[in-house]
Amino acid sequence: MPGSRIVVGTFLDEDALLRAARDARARGVPVHDAFTPYPIHGLDEAAGIPPTRLGIVCFVGAALGLAAAFAMQLYTSAVSWPTNVGGKSFTATPALVPVAFEVMVLFAALGTVGALLVRAKLWPGRKPFLPASGVTDDAFVLALEAETDASATVTPAELLREHAARHVQEVEVE
Amino acid sequence: MSAPVVSTLRQPLTSEPKSCHQVSDEILAPIERGPTALWWAGLAVSCTALLIGSVAVTHQIWTGIGTWGLNKSVGWAWDITNFVFWVGIGHAGTLISAVLLLFRQRWRTGVNRSAEAMTIFAVMCAGIFPLIHMGRPWLAFWMAPYPNMRGPLWVNFRSPLLWDAFAVSTYFTVSAVFWYVGLIPDLALARDRAVGGSWKKKLYGLASLGWNGSARTWSRYEKVCLLLAGLATPLVFSVHTIVSFDFATSVVPGWHSTIFPPYFVCGAIFSGMAMVLTLMIIARRVLRFESYITLGHIGAMCKMTLMTSCVVSLAYMTEWFTAWYGGNPNEWFVVVNRALGPYRGFFWLMVFCNMLVPQLFWFEKVRRCLPAVFVLAILVNVGMWLERFVIIVTSLHRDYLPSSWAEYSPTWVEIATFIGSFGLFFTGFFLFARFLPFIAQSEVKGVIRYARAPSGGGHAR
Repeated sequence: MPGSRIVVGTFLDEDALLRAARDARARGVPVHDAFTPYPIHGLDEAAGIPPTRLGIVCFVGAALGLAAAFAMQLYTSAVSWPTNVGGKSFTATPALVPVAFEVMVLFAALGTVGALLVRAKLWPGRKPFLPASGVTDDAFVLALEAETDASATVTPAELLREHAARHVQEVEVE
Repeated sequence: MSAPVVSTLRQPLTSEPKSCHQVSDEILAPIERGPTALWWAGLAVSCTALLIGSVAVTHQIWTGIGTWGLNKSVGWAWDITNFVFWVGIGHAGTLISAVLLLFRQRWRTGVNRSAEAMTIFAVMCAGIFPLIHMGRPWLAFWMAPYPNMRGPLWVNFRSPLLWDAFAVSTYFTVSAVFWYVGLIPDLALARDRAVGGSWKKKLYGLASLGWNGSARTWSRYEKVCLLLAGLATPLVFSVHTIVSFDFATSVVPGWHSTIFPPYFVCGAIFSGMAMVLTLMIIARRVLRFESYITLGHIGAMCKMTLMTSCVVSLAYMTEWFTAWYGGNPNEWFVVVNRALGPYRGFFWLMVFCNMLVPQLFWFEKVRRCLPAVFVLAILVNVGMWLERFVIIVTSLHRDYLPSSWAEYSPTWVEIATFIGSFGLFFTGFFLFARFLPFIAQSEVKGVIRYARAPSGGGHAR
C-alpha cells in the first residue's frame, strides 16, 4: 500500500516486540508489519500474518516438472525416434524415473524461489524500504497502521510508548 | 509466551553469550577488515594450483585424451575417480543445510553456510572431469535433448551417464539457489553496514534484492527454506545413487552390485564430513570464529563421520561376503585381486583410513583434540579417494579375458589436472571467505539464546 502511513517503534528484543504486537491487535490497532534481524517464532500469529501459500506453488512446480520430464522422455525415446535398448519396451518407464525425479525437483525448487521473489517483491537493484535503522542488525521494529479501527482504545504511538519502544515515529510506506 | 524453554541438559550453541550486534560485528569482520597476509598467501597457492591444472587441461584438450595413462582395458581411472571424489565431498553441505534442518539440529547454523559453499565448489570441480573426458568439450551441449538436424537424434534417456548429467546439474543448480536464498539476509546486513556510496554498498545492495527483514517476507522465506530442504534431502540421496548407477548397471564384477546406491551415498557423506572438518578447523582459527564453530560442532561432525564410517565398513564387508557366498568365481576373483593383486597397497590403505582410523572418534578425548581430528579427517579424505580408485581400476584392469589384462598408472597430465581441481576448490573458498558472510548470521542470531537463561548467563534455569 504505497502512500499509506505507519507508526514505527524499535524494541530491544523479540519478547517485547511480540508482547506489543499481541497487545496492539487486542486493542484494535492493526499491525502493518514487523522488521526483524531474524525470523521470530510466533510473530505470524501475533501480528495476524496469514499463512503463505508457497507450498502450493512448490507442489504445482513439482507436478509440472514430473509431467514435462516424462512427456519429453516418452516422446524422444518412443515416438520421435524409437530406440531399441536391450529389447525392452519403448515405453518402459523405470529407466525414465531418475531424470523425471531430477526435473521434478528442479522445477519445484526454481518455481518456489521465483514465487518467493515475486510475492516478497525482491529483485536486484530494488531500493530497500528500511523504516528504522538496524533492522538487519539488532533492532526489532513494530510497524502499526496509523489509521486505527473505530474500536481502538489507544493511538498507535501511545501503545508503542507504553511498551517502552524507542524512536517512535510516523513514516510513509514507500 | 517468550523464547521456548530448553532443557538445561542442552549445551548453548555459542561458547559465550552474545548480543545480536556483537554477532553482526564478529561475523562480518573478515569481509569488512582488509585482506590479511595469510589470505593473500593462501590465495596465491590455490591460484598457482589452478594455473597448473589449467595448463594440463589445455594440453589434453589440444592433444587429446591419449595424454592420459588409460589403455584398452582400463578406460576409466583417475578422471572418474576424481569426479566421484568431488561429488562425494559436495554431499556434506546439503546434508548439513537440508537434512539437519528437517531434523531440527540447531547446531547446523554455525557451519551450514561454509559447508554449502564447499558443496558448490566441489560440484564445480566434479563437473570438470566428465567434461574434459568427452575429449571434445565444446560439443558438451550434445548432452542436452534439443531438437537438431540429425533426425532429430535424441540422447539416450536409458543411459545412467545421461542420468548423471541431469542429476549433477540439478544438484548444482538447487544447491546454488538454496545457498543464495540463505545469503540474502546476510548480504542485506553487509549492505546496511557499508559506507554510503561505496562500491561495497552498491554490490551488496544489488545482491540483497532490497531485503528489509519484513515479518511477512520472513514468514514466506522460512517456508521456502523448509520446502527447499524437503526437496534437497531426496535430491542429495538421488545424486550419489545415480553416480553409483554408472557402475552398478554394468556387468563388470565388483561393480554389478545392488548395495552400491546406499554404499555410495554413505561414503559421500563420510568424505564430505571429513572435508568440512578439515576446512572448519582451519577457518575457525584463521577467521577467529572459535566461539561460533565450537568444539561441540566439531564433536557432532566427528560423530557423523564415525557413524558413516561404520556404514561404509559394513558395506565393504557385505560386498566381500556376497562375493564369497554368491559363488560367482568372477566376483570372488575381483575381491581377491583387490586385496592381493598389484593394487593391494591402495586397498589396504583404504581399509586402514576408512574402517580403522575413524574408530578413534569413539573417544571424546580424540574428538576434542583439534590436531588429532584434523589428521584423522585428512586420512579419511585420502581413504575415500582411494576407495573410488580401487573400485574403478581394480574392476577393470583384469577383466574376463586374461590376454587383455593391463595395468594403469597416471601421467603428469592427470596428476596436474587433479592438483588443478584442488586449486579451483580452494580459490573459490578463499574468495567466498573474503567477500561473503562465512556464517549465516541471521540464523545464529535466532539461536544465541538457545539453552541460555534470559539474562544470558548460561545454565541458570
